Amino acid sequence: MCSRCRDGLGFAMFSALLLAACAAACTRQHAVSSRELRVCADPNNLPYSNRKLEGFENRLAEMVARDLHATVRYTWWPQHRGFIRNTLKAGTCDVLMGLPSSVELAFTTRPYYRSTYVFVSRQDRGIAVRSFDDPALRRLRIGVQMIGDDGTNSPPAHALANRGVVRNVAGYSVYADYSQPNPPARIVEAVARGDVDLAVVWGPLAGYFAPRQSVPLALVPVSPQIDRPFLPFVFDISMAVRRGDHTLHDELDSFIERRQPEIDALLARYGVPRT
Amino acid sequence: MTRIQGFTILTVLLFLGVPLAGCRTQTDETNTTHSARVAEAPVPPQQAGPDDGQWLMPAKSYASTRYSELAEINTRNAGSLKVAWTFSTGSTRGEEAAPLIVGSTMYVVAPFPNYLYALDLANSGAAKWVYKPPVNAAAQGVACCDQVNRGAFYSEGKIFYNTLDGQTVAVDAESGKEVWRTPLGDINKGESITMAPLVVKGKVLVGNSGGEFGVRGWLTALDAATGKIAWKAFSTGPDRDVLIGPGFHPFYAMDRGQDLGVSSWPPDAWKIGGGTVWGWISYDPELNLIYYGTGNPGPWNADQRPGDNKWTCGIFARDADTGAARWFYQMNPHDHFDYDGVNEMVLLDLTVEGKPRKVLVHPDRNGYLYVLDRGTGEVLSADAFGPITSSAGVDLTSGRVRDVPEKATGAGKTVEQICPAAPGAKDWQPSAFSPRTGLLYIPHNNLCMDFQGMEANYIAGTPFVGANVKMYAGPGGNRGFFTAWDFAAHKPRWQIKESFPAWSGALVTAGDVVFYGTMDGWFKAVDAASGSPLWKFKTGSGVIGQPVTFKGPDGKQYVAVLSGVGGWSGAIVAGKLDPRDATGALGFVGAMGDLPQHTTPGGMLYVFALP
Repeated sequence: MCSRCRDGLGFAMFSALLLAACAAACTRQHAVSSRELRVCADPNNLPYSNRKLEGFENRLAEMVARDLHATVRYTWWPQHRGFIRNTLKAGTCDVLMGLPSSVELAFTTRPYYRSTYVFVSRQDRGIAVRSFDDPALRRLRIGVQMIGDDGTNSPPAHALANRGVVRNVAGYSVYADYSQPNPPARIVEAVARGDVDLAVVWGPLAGYFAPRQSVPLALVPVSPQIDRPFLPFVFDISMAVRRGDHTLHDELDSFIERRQPEIDALLARYGVPRT
Repeated sequence: MTRIQGFTILTVLLFLGVPLAGCRTQTDETNTTHSARVAEAPVPPQQAGPDDGQWLMPAKSYASTRYSELAEINTRNAGSLKVAWTFSTGSTRGEEAAPLIVGSTMYVVAPFPNYLYALDLANSGAAKWVYKPPVNAAAQGVACCDQVNRGAFYSEGKIFYNTLDGQTVAVDAESGKEVWRTPLGDINKGESITMAPLVVKGKVLVGNSGGEFGVRGWLTALDAATGKIAWKAFSTGPDRDVLIGPGFHPFYAMDRGQDLGVSSWPPDAWKIGGGTVWGWISYDPELNLIYYGTGNPGPWNADQRPGDNKWTCGIFARDADTGAARWFYQMNPHDHFDYDGVNEMVLLDLTVEGKPRKVLVHPDRNGYLYVLDRGTGEVLSADAFGPITSSAGVDLTSGRVRDVPEKATGAGKTVEQICPAAPGAKDWQPSAFSPRTGLLYIPHNNLCMDFQGMEANYIAGTPFVGANVKMYAGPGGNRGFFTAWDFAAHKPRWQIKESFPAWSGALVTAGDVVFYGTMDGWFKAVDAASGSPLWKFKTGSGVIGQPVTFKGPDGKQYVAVLSGVGGWSGAIVAGKLDPRDATGALGFVGAMGDLPQHTTPGGMLYVFALP
């Protein structure tokens, strides 16, 4: 269904003639210039996306585009501060493939997966930490990701600080060095190298990079899922469009509803831990 | 408010019976006539003798007074100022720079991509040339911070300035040809440069930006002839990295000890500890010391970095030749509130308890106006110049600011009514000092904030937890002030309320006229003695630049300022942020929701003169 036609549907509701004309116009449009799905994405951020289209969000964008009889066009921008402002809100693209459902910076679709933070350690170390309340966290060297904006940090950094676990915590910037491939992956590599005993990492990142290390790593979902006072470690993830873009939003919602099994299979291929 | 008992600055003023009542006191002729005897700024060597009418560095002088001896424009005729000519920078980002005037040429640095324009003063500002530095186009996406530039420096035939993507360039002032270019920061690691360099004795002093993003702060000295690095002093880490040696003698015990830049942090946290150097540098030729402030600690939240977090949020005095630290004073140990210490250091000679003292005046983000002995780092006074709830004064025995535990921020905590807010009672916007009035003219903010709980957000595919920071006007409802500070009375002589934060620099002249701009686009002239309005002009955009004055080739006095809203406070306009998201621009949007109704972006230079 072509979105331009759907906008005019109320006007044409009871007119068979107009509907027919519209349908013809739509068909003609497809024939001449294919619809574009304009995706805002980071060119250097696996497992989500990269310029070589190797990420699961790249694959998902292709699936959506095929479903909408469109072709994908990317606007590349690092997913740093200002990403949404400089892409989606600037109007250079129309959809983000992954955003926590609760984020209000954009209009999020129904969630298409739910993931969790995980404890990552080397299997050969036999570290059996499952909870933030495990006393072992006081003696292990722990890696967490840092954001670094004022008053802002990753949930595990807060959970550990709330328990007074500070001096044995090492920070890895989610930005890291953007000239290197997939900067957020450094924290997983640090576990494999033994720089830290344990890291607390967002599921999709850990699930993708853990099997790509030289030593086997163990991934254990963190508990509690929601720490006190209100600190969630499990997030629903949606696609997102501009506020007010109900047309595309509804198309994406419909896609997710109809194609969830295929989406699940895609996420499984990328090792995304789901809860 | 904190004072030494029986402490009097400007005792001569007191003897003369100058009225010491609070705001909006009208001053009399006595004050203007005699204050020069008690407060005189040192004259930098290159400007020895009378003011030549040029403007070679953003702060006008090494003492950073932003005072001009030009007096053709005065309190009687300022009301008839008219636009002489204008020039568009073509940028829609914040214009924070000061134009430079060298001979009959004006030099203007624009925001990223940081073009340098040379304008012909003999020909109504016609462009002579434009230098376009080769900059990394990706800087805008990767750079941590805003895209402003705070200006250039002229020395010995060259214009020196920094680019957002972390380079320092030297450009031939005559031809516009690049002389050298030195990459200093790595934009891919969040490091950028927004400050104006200071050139002292053949060395170009440059510091970095990006403290919140795991950048380790530094100040470096480049050979002005070649661009080669002469020395580099980090703001965190072991003493050898900080250039702390046997000549380091901080005044207070809290700043003494070996390798405090390591031991006042959790293990290794100093390596990413912030303390960037993105503000102002001053220089005292007699003591041969440079002075500058260090930025806030990062990237951890306060509860994740127990300790004083040396050497962030403080003032360094260093040997101008070697960079060796002489003393350090920390305004905000273990900063909770983003109170960078980078604001201007105004070097003055004041009479304190009958004795002449060489002082450093520093209005800090934390809301205190510090007067330090610049030889030793001793705090002589620290008076509140805005509303403060985040601390309860400065203990002048220990030098330590008195924390208010219930205002400490932390994960999961909701703390309301923190004053000043993160941009401080005053941010980077530099003040001016007139030896004729003895007053310091301070453009500043009146903002408080709530730091509430946590909210999930999103960066780089990783859910993270953000503080929900909301800023709003402080007591009185106005978000800004322009204050004339009376050192003798330890309080404002007069004060002008501004609806928006006063985010421009200040300028004061021997004509006893003070100039500053407002974020809704007014460029104003007021009487230096009384604060009475003399003139104002509505520019095309909000004014956050630094006004300057100069003598043109025709012998007339001109006043110039860049208009063009932006910066942190103006991000809602320049960055097109959503006014519905009160937490945008780290909470500043909440306080600035109405700015888009008052101004639109667009960089334009305005030059004014008498008809």
